[in-house]
Amino acid sequence: MTKTLPDLIPDSELTLPPQAERKLPNGLIVIAIRRAAVPLVEVRLRVPFGRAPLAAATLLSQALFTGTGSMSMLDIAAELQAVGGSLGAGLDPDRLQISGNALADGLGRTLEILAGVLTDATYPGEEVVTERERLVDHIQVALSQPSHLARVALLKRMFVDHPYAVQTPSEAEVHAVEPEALRELHADRVRPDGSTLVLVGDIDPEQAIDVAEKMLGGWTGVARDGEIPPTPALRPGSLLLVDRPGSVQSSLRIALPALTRTDPDYAALALANLVFGGYFSSRWVENIREDKGYTYGSHSVVEHFAAGSALVAAADVATEVTGPALLETTYELGRIASLPPGEEELEQARRYALGTLRLGMSTQAGLASLASVYAGFGLRLGHLRDHSAALAAATREQVAAVAAKHLAPSRAVTVVLGDAAAIEDQLSTLTTVERGAQ
Amino acid sequence: MASRIQIPATKYPVERFTLANGLRVVLSPDRSAPVVGVAVVYDVGIRSEPEGRTGFAHLFEHLMFQGSENLEKLAHFRHVQGAGGSFNGSTHLDYTDYFEVLPAGALERALFLEADRMRGPRLTEENLRNQVDVVKEEIRVNVLNRPYGGFPWLKLPPVMFKTFPNAHDGYGSFEDLESATVEDAQGFFDRYYACGNAVLSVAGDFDVAEATALIEKHFGDVPSRPAPVLPAFDEPDLDGERRESYTDHIAPLPAVAAGYRVPDPIAAFDAYLPFSVLAEVLTDGDASRLVERLVQRDRSVTNIGGYLGFMGDEYQVRNPTALLLQAHMPPEGDAGKVLRTIDEELDRLAADGLKPGELERTQTRMAARLLQSTDEVLGRALPMAVLELQRGRPGLLNELPRLINEVTAEQIVAAAATLRPERRAVVEVTPGAGA
Repeated sequence: MTKTLPDLIPDSELTLPPQAERKLPNGLIVIAIRRAAVPLVEVRLRVPFGRAPLAAATLLSQALFTGTGSMSMLDIAAELQAVGGSLGAGLDPDRLQISGNALADGLGRTLEILAGVLTDATYPGEEVVTERERLVDHIQVALSQPSHLARVALLKRMFVDHPYAVQTPSEAEVHAVEPEALRELHADRVRPDGSTLVLVGDIDPEQAIDVAEKMLGGWTGVARDGEIPPTPALRPGSLLLVDRPGSVQSSLRIALPALTRTDPDYAALALANLVFGGYFSSRWVENIREDKGYTYGSHSVVEHFAAGSALVAAADVATEVTGPALLETTYELGRIASLPPGEEELEQARRYALGTLRLGMSTQAGLASLASVYAGFGLRLGHLRDHSAALAAATREQVAAVAAKHLAPSRAVTVVLGDAAAIEDQLSTLTTVERGAQ
Repeated sequence: MASRIQIPATKYPVERFTLANGLRVVLSPDRSAPVVGVAVVYDVGIRSEPEGRTGFAHLFEHLMFQGSENLEKLAHFRHVQGAGGSFNGSTHLDYTDYFEVLPAGALERALFLEADRMRGPRLTEENLRNQVDVVKEEIRVNVLNRPYGGFPWLKLPPVMFKTFPNAHDGYGSFEDLESATVEDAQGFFDRYYACGNAVLSVAGDFDVAEATALIEKHFGDVPSRPAPVLPAFDEPDLDGERRESYTDHIAPLPAVAAGYRVPDPIAAFDAYLPFSVLAEVLTDGDASRLVERLVQRDRSVTNIGGYLGFMGDEYQVRNPTALLLQAHMPPEGDAGKVLRTIDEELDRLAADGLKPGELERTQTRMAARLLQSTDEVLGRALPMAVLELQRGRPGLLNELPRLINEVTAEQIVAAAATLRPERRAVVEVTPGAGA
């Protein structure tokens, strides 16, 4: 008995949630979005942090909530909990981001506590030393993780001497950071001018902005220019082999040139990436996982930084099939770069891109992260409409053309982290290999 | 401190019914976003694996994606993602789940796909060998090739428990995985993947009458097969501390985990719930007792976490289970000292009780976290399916914030008093990196 796959009911038109935006007198942009499904509010504050000294900036992000002139670390955590809240900070080469959530009724109190941290963080000596030791331990653990080591080697290869080339400080650099350096860095860089606050949840957008203005109006100061120079073009060359003796898998990482979100060809590149390796039903996954069993998972994604975009493909494969896995990967890159995608596989990728965009908007946390990321590129949620339209319109020819330019294996920067003694010969069969120090 | 903030609750509607073939169904409509979540859970997990077949429940989960009556290999993935959706599955101690989240217009397609594999997956030698390879890579990436792999969820059960179902490695040995056969898989399906042993749950943007009709249409002809008898996995509590250590050749720093048995999560839910709150009082954030003491004051650990259930699925696990505390330590860390300090803090809690506001703020934060998790359609479809499967009570998801809020300080103190050193199992990680 054969049963037929049911048809899809076409999607309704994309509707954006109610929202409001205001630039406060101190320069802070506040974007408030209503999604009332649960009585919470998500908070994302993005502070530009480009070219900040890496070790101090990383420690600052760990120690931001260790105390203010009027509250201890414990007070801050306890008072946030009392309104169902929690806040944390993270750093990337472009920005410091404070993220968290609270019960919607606790929005005012959460922003009041946040304002205390932004305007009056004291970085008490004892607490900072504790956070510094924790950060050093954390870095030590990261250095034992193959995913981290492969990332470190890839970034260095991609960005060479650009500020993005090193994104994790060394243990020695962290050890050298004194509390005073955090106070100075905070005074210099944690500023409302150029920062964006996103609030999403069971809120009235205008009223939420009023609350933000009341609570954060006293946060002042002009930001230093943290603009980062454009990323350099990738320099393809020999495969870089980083030795990790005894490794039972090889971490394969490939960087390729990409386009920014607002480039007219970006939607076509996003689709080409999906067809190649950007989702489970891609050629790469179907080949090296579902056909060959070389890996648990492979994935490629376009990464956007403020100063440039890159396509990064990653797979961890069994040591004994490292060469064959690279062979299939190069084949799939060559295929997408040389031949147009099939009509049905392009439609499938298109529907996936359009559908997951809706899924990403279906929660408060998803909307908040999306709005905050977009804001970092000067975009607003309305960009979803433009991007959806571009995804819907991209033709096979456009996808083929953009893939030829960006997914060609000849343009790849490739790093493999693994047991060099076991994999060097396998890799040398396929390409020139250069040994890197770990 | 200002007057206490009101703890809100969700009011997601819950419809329950059972098809003639025994399949239980839970529907929870919510039209706030144009997406649906579909989950099918089967009442079989790691604890039901036969000896000599460690890792089989998980391997079988992989085989459920390899094609079925009307679907070729790869078709499931392509049909879900080609509808704009995402899919996954996961294997737990007591259940295995399969789920999709999709744009609302793809609901019928998801129901079709789940019904097709409920009637029977395509179990072939080729697919089995392929997925054994994939699972071995999964174990390498998640356990063997990284520091602290399987800590503590795979490392603590063999210290804590004595019977095979509770103690064995749920990811499985390579030897057991490699010796698995298609016959084993067919037998496992026949025994455990009966529709009488499953729950289908749908949450999100749909009309109840329409969804009910679609479910009848697609699942109505799944052959009726009864659920197997659920074994009791209980075993006696520890009669003395059990402590073991192992060397992790990749890990650079020492770590320790301790587990204490807790009341039956289902039969004794009222007694179990205080332990859920206790874990948060001890470890949720910088204002929690053990973080404040061990991380901030003593600097004897770099982080500490506490939770119920070896896989962190506190309301989706059966007896026996545990409250776990796990900590990573600085280079010269001393697990014995950390454990003694935990004992000291538990004694203090048992003797002096909670501080003003301590319980309330912890409960409020727990409620907010629960609310956040239900904002996703799968954050409703999945837990409701398991709550139906294990308790016949999917609506418990709506009630949890209130029930957590009703836990009293006396109950927390009583729970803390049971966490005695002689009742715990401990596993220590000795760092072997560079050795």
